[in-house]
Amino acid sequence: MKGFGRYIIFLGSLFVRRETFKTYYNLVFEECVQIGLKSILLFMLVSTFMGAVTTLQTAANLISPFVPRFVIAQVVREMTILELAPTIMAVIFAGKVGSSMAGGLGTMRITEQIDALEVMGINSSSYLVLPKILASLLMYPLLVIVAAVCAILGGYLVGSITGALTPTEYVYGIRYTFNPYFITFALIKSFVFSFLISSISSFKGYYTSGGALEVGIASTNAVTASIIAVLLSDYFLAYLLL
Amino acid sequence: MIKIKNISKSFADKTVLSGISGEFEKGKTNLIIGSSGTGKSVLLKCIVGLLQPDTGNVFFDLRNFTEADKEMKSEIRREIGMLFQGGALFDSKNVEDNVMFPLDILTRMSIEEKKERVNFCLQRVGLEGVNKKMPSEISGGMKKRVGIARAIVNNPNYLFCDEPNSGLDPQTSILIDELILEITHEFDITTVVVTHDMNSVIGIGEKIMFLYKGNKLWDGSNKDLTNSGVKELDDFVFTNKIMRNLKGSIKF
Ligand SMILES: Nc1ncnc2c1ncn2[C@@H]1O[C@H](COP(=O)(O)OP(=O)(O)O)[C@@H](O)[C@H]1O
Ligand SMILES: [Mg+2]
Repeated sequence: MKGFGRYIIFLGSLFVRRETFKTYYNLVFEECVQIGLKSILLFMLVSTFMGAVTTLQTAANLISPFVPRFVIAQVVREMTILELAPTIMAVIFAGKVGSSMAGGLGTMRITEQIDALEVMGINSSSYLVLPKILASLLMYPLLVIVAAVCAILGGYLVGSITGALTPTEYVYGIRYTFNPYFITFALIKSFVFSFLISSISSFKGYYTSGGALEVGIASTNAVTASIIAVLLSDYFLAYLLL
Repeated sequence: MIKIKNISKSFADKTVLSGISGEFEKGKTNLIIGSSGTGKSVLLKCIVGLLQPDTGNVFFDLRNFTEADKEMKSEIRREIGMLFQGGALFDSKNVEDNVMFPLDILTRMSIEEKKERVNFCLQRVGLEGVNKKMPSEISGGMKKRVGIARAIVNNPNYLFCDEPNSGLDPQTSILIDELILEITHEFDITTVVVTHDMNSVIGIGEKIMFLYKGNKLWDGSNKDLTNSGVKELDDFVFTNKIMRNLKGSIKF
């Protein structure tokens, strides 16, 4: 509970004594590139396989002659957009991007780089953390969209290859009774998750004290805390918005 | 000139500094000495404002830094350069960008002016041709030099160094010490150096403050160091046999 209070104060500190807009523009851009480079390939790989596996498993379970084959594609679509792309990818995002944010900030803390910024009169939390959060808010929804597309393509490919359903059935199923609100919902989730992951990981890293060992601990703690926050908020968002 | 008055600092229930007062003179290397864990770094951090002292005030040329408003604080901050224990270079920036960083943040110089100033400072600390190297690619001694260059790039009136020769071999240590001394004289800076290294004390201790368990027990110059009459200081100075045997006949 004390940690939560400090987290809130930390979030408040990001918005006082900021640098110029141009400084942030450049920093956010750099962070976006970093985040994108770090995670895009893994995201594509994991989501393609998830789409493929979901297709096969759904096909294996829907063996009733009364259910048309295109329903498989429909199931893949709903699962991907609602849960697999935003939520499972958030876990990967926490592991890949969150841990490196915490590790990076932790290292800057113990090697006094953060003190060096403060001595120059820079609000180090705002200078270092705000760009990370903004970049995550920009990049994560894009990554989720890429992941969703890859997952649906993965299902298409594996469905065609194994003959579980024909390409025509698959495309028909994907488009059948499509509810665009689910995409909005997925994007809302993406924004919330990316904010939670980047701010919690930064918080854990920023307040590291000690040595290299503590940086490692901060990094793992960041991942654990982020994932718990993501799952809790996932539940509440589903409860509130669906 | 920097004046500190009655600085105290505690963490939780642990008192680290109790009522330290003193003066650091302009154009001199002022040393804060004492063994590890006596609160030297904490005192330095209180002076530069990285820590808020529980009691007491810090005056930068009569300006009360501790109670200054935001504008005054950032004005004083612009005049401060600091060299950290490990150099504290920004990992993600190369040597040139590290040294240029204070100029980017604190000034409106053009890129050409900044480059010229950076090259001047790098040259002054004896580093040339490493502009594009990353901090991970240079040695510990070079990192300290880059740290000094970054600390002096914005023409500071006050220079702070925390253990400038920790982790360096004795010869490199002396070179770094001499560099700090030269720069202090050349640019007429008020320099404060925290150290527990006797070589530095003898070499560059123009003015010395001795801390022991969070208390100031003595101040003076390295000339008076050996006849201070303070037992704790003698224990600190005469740690090895050679020194102990020579006690009484030593003059720095
Ligand atoms: N942020 C902090 N929180 C709690 N204790 C601290 C903190 N910083 C320093 N200390 C304690 O203050 C004492 C003095 O530390 P320091 O000034 O770093 O010593 P040194 O003279 O070696 O530089 C140490 O016992 C240290 O544990
Ligand atoms: Mg220290």
